[in-house]
Amino acid sequence: MAARFEPGDPVLVRADEKPGHVRTPGYVKGKTGRVEEVLGVFEDPEILAYGGSGPPEKPLYKVSFRQTDLWERYAGSANDALYVDIYEHWLEPAREEAR
Amino acid sequence: MSDAHYDDGHTPGHSHDGVKPSTEARYYAGRIRAIEALLVDKGVLAKEDVRRQIEYMEARTPANGARMVARAWVNPEYKALLLSDTKAAAQELGIDASGLVEFVTLENTPEVHNLVVCTLCSCYPRAILGVPPDWYKSFDYRSRAVDGPRAVMREFGLEIPEDVRVAVHDSSADVRYMVLPMRPPGTESMGEDELAGLVTRDCLIGASIPRSVE
Repeated sequence: MAARFEPGDPVLVRADEKPGHVRTPGYVKGKTGRVEEVLGVFEDPEILAYGGSGPPEKPLYKVSFRQTDLWERYAGSANDALYVDIYEHWLEPAREEAR
Repeated sequence: MSDAHYDDGHTPGHSHDGVKPSTEARYYAGRIRAIEALLVDKGVLAKEDVRRQIEYMEARTPANGARMVARAWVNPEYKALLLSDTKAAAQELGIDASGLVEFVTLENTPEVHNLVVCTLCSCYPRAILGVPPDWYKSFDYRSRAVDGPRAVMREFGLEIPEDVRVAVHDSSADVRYMVLPMRPPGTESMGEDELAGLVTRDCLIGASIPRSVE
């Protein structure tokens, strides 16, 4: 499966409230980050966890966020970052200026 | 912060042996035993499989990670392999990390300090380091490591200077992370085994850094 995003792309994490074995942490939902790396393609844990076979495989991305974008009262340096590995179906293209 | 802040009563340099399981843990332990008994009854797995898996897990310890770090400190080629292909680097030291999940090693530098957490459960490079410490699985660590990593590390006795970027890695998917700490000053004359002795489990998570013994 071809990856839709490439390193450097700004991405918005979908704010869906989806039940089940979702691996997208709630605190990045609705937040904008940047693709750092395409980590590969993996079987979908949201299907695997319920006895499904996994395909279609999903590209997985390492996405970086500025800590100050995530937490209003972040106590640390403005350069501090948080990295989360997010499957493609949770990401949408974001506007460049957001990052 | 109080010493009791971590739900297992963690304090830096304090061992966790003999921590009493919570009521909740006892409930889940009982439930797991019931499920295990059913799986054995129905022939899905044998007691032998369970025993073998426990032995496999118990054979893996943070000492594996410490050996990998020490080798990387003394051997630039090995360091390059560790950073580009952690599974192959483990294999080279006889550590079998084959399996579905990927392993990535994060390098600490004078510019960036890495800290690993799994906010959703307790993802950890078990095939290399064994089982994670209890504090790593605590709700307190899992929530505070992302929104206040510097305060959390301070509670471990680690003050990260303001001009060093803190990079927190929330490993909740298919990749497991291990930290390659910086070699401490004053260790130039040390051999690989002695160096490995400086690398504690917490250093491999990023909650601590190796310190040369004075």
